[in-house]
Amino acid sequence: MTETNAITIRALRKVYKATGGKKLRHLSLPGGSFMPGGTGGMPRPSAHDVIALDSLDLDIRQGEFFGLLGPNGAGKSTTIGVLTTRIVPTSGTATVAGSDVGTQAVSVRQRIGVVPQQPNADRSLNVIENLQFHAAYFGIPVAAATKRAQELCETLGLSDKLNVKLNEMSGGQQQRLMIVRALMHEPDVLFLDEPTVGLDPQARLGLWEILRGLHAQGRTIVMTTHYMDEADRLCDRLAIIDRGKLLALDTPRALKDKAPGGTLLELVLDGDALGAAEKVKAIDGLTRVEASGTVLQAYSGTGGRLLPAMIEAAEQSGRRVKDIHLLPPSLETLFVSLTGRKLG
Amino acid sequence: MTARAMTPKARVSRANVFMALLRRDMRVARRELPFFLVRTTLQPLMFIVVFGYLLPKMGFMKEGYSTALLPGVLAISLTFSAIQSVALPMVQDFGWTREIEDRLLAPVPTSLVAAEKIVAGVLQGFVAALFVLPLARLIMGPIPNLTFAHIGTVLLITLLGGAAFSSLGMWLGTAIQPQQIGLMFSVILAPMIFFGCAYYPWQGLSAVPVMKYAVLINPLVYVSEGMRAALTPAAPHMPLGAVIGALIAITVIFWTVGMKSFMKRALG
Ligand SMILES: Nc1ncnc2c1ncn2[C@@H]1O[C@H](COP(=O)(O)OP(=O)(O)O)[C@@H](O)[C@H]1O
Ligand SMILES: [Mg+2]
Repeated sequence: MTETNAITIRALRKVYKATGGKKLRHLSLPGGSFMPGGTGGMPRPSAHDVIALDSLDLDIRQGEFFGLLGPNGAGKSTTIGVLTTRIVPTSGTATVAGSDVGTQAVSVRQRIGVVPQQPNADRSLNVIENLQFHAAYFGIPVAAATKRAQELCETLGLSDKLNVKLNEMSGGQQQRLMIVRALMHEPDVLFLDEPTVGLDPQARLGLWEILRGLHAQGRTIVMTTHYMDEADRLCDRLAIIDRGKLLALDTPRALKDKAPGGTLLELVLDGDALGAAEKVKAIDGLTRVEASGTVLQAYSGTGGRLLPAMIEAAEQSGRRVKDIHLLPPSLETLFVSLTGRKLG
Repeated sequence: MTARAMTPKARVSRANVFMALLRRDMRVARRELPFFLVRTTLQPLMFIVVFGYLLPKMGFMKEGYSTALLPGVLAISLTFSAIQSVALPMVQDFGWTREIEDRLLAPVPTSLVAAEKIVAGVLQGFVAALFVLPLARLIMGPIPNLTFAHIGTVLLITLLGGAAFSSLGMWLGTAIQPQQIGLMFSVILAPMIFFGCAYYPWQGLSAVPVMKYAVLINPLVYVSEGMRAALTPAAPHMPLGAVIGALIAITVIFWTVGMKSFMKRALG
């Protein structure tokens, strides 16, 4: 293989320890450990521990625009945290740009740019100072930093903001500043954690353009999102993760081809959907009828045409229909078929 | 898709990054200087007005009290501002602003970021003490036995006291929940100040022997007494050797604990 990996993840696992009485723990002296004492071997996960990453394996190629797709709590930010050296994994390994995130964290940091989920620019400094200091942390002299900051701000539409304080900037502008900052030191790999959350549609489209431009320069981009359309349109390849597990990994097109045929019809009932499912199964043209809790799902090859029949059958079982969803075949339906629940 | 060749990166010098981090903190501190000084020195200065000026004027205090008071007030200004300069940004940064994350992604060992913060705390403590000194002298008038002959010792005590209390600030700031800051002031810092031999010399506690030995667990005692040994050596004070030994030990302990606590917060 001539192509090298920008990122290699092997058997990555992260367990957040349950912290009963968190406040008290923080006041207690370090060393007054809260780990169960004397467990010689593997610490046993307690019922309240959160398994954020469960044995994740992933290869991301150089120059790839890679998407990590998953609902809230799937483990996206934890993955980014580990890859950007900010979170120590419980076990497993990850290399980024040729260096191990644990043992060679400094080399990793030198080669990555990170756009966090929440803008975290230095509020005590203005825009240009933020960029100059960030560059200084990477050993870039102030003159070179200023020039690069001006160029990047120009490209990202912030050139009139150079001397502005952070609290005078909109959310979208701060988000763009985060991208400028992440690019100041010419990183090989750019990480973006849900960069479009909280942006208005206009700003979102603008950001997509910027990301496409960065990708065209050959940069490796790793982006998390819980928006299907975004992942679909931007990414070369996608990993769908949920509860810390990799569920599917492929190009958006291949993934969509894997989506179960037909349109997903979903009814939300006022009670348990099992009885209704029995009735709905009798309808010709509906396949894979399933009940989970109060939600009744079925797939149809004829769009929404069988929806009235489905509603009628559900009501005959004595339930009332409270809500209706209709999803054409897409990454969304693939996700639902993989996890039994919706993304957003 | 054409992948960029990975650009070879020169290793960044740790000293340069450290200085950049320090410049950042100094720039912010300079901008906030008036607020910083008010926050950290108003209380000791008011104490000087009452106990070093008003009460002596009313005849409630003996003349020599200012000799005991001045070094103690400097000790409080130094240690209090050192703690706050580190603890408050830590609580804020890790609690909600997350501003420190950019610095944690700098290509240097994470402990360097913490070490810089502690050094910045020492410098700010030094500035606070330097600000209080002339004002105290102005308010209290001539201070018997005050001498600047041992300026090296003064600097050493300032350095050690600042380092010990910045490190304590690092620990408190990373181990405490934001909503517990008020508690930190009333439960940890206030008793520390009142029982820190700042407003009275340690030897004076011979009148209450239990107290005399109980206060020895209070790190402020050694800074106050160290300042006395350095600035008013003719007045009663703890032996300088004991003070320096204790301050080194305290610094090592707080530094170790503070670093550990910082690393725990920094590496999720
Ligand atoms: N610091 C933490 N302490 C405890 N649990 C955490 C912590 N951070 C994340 N988690 C839990 O780990 C899981 C994965 O979180 P995260 O990686 O943030 O997901 P995502 O970014 O996909 O929404 C969630 O269940 C979350 O509640
Ligand atoms: Mg997240």
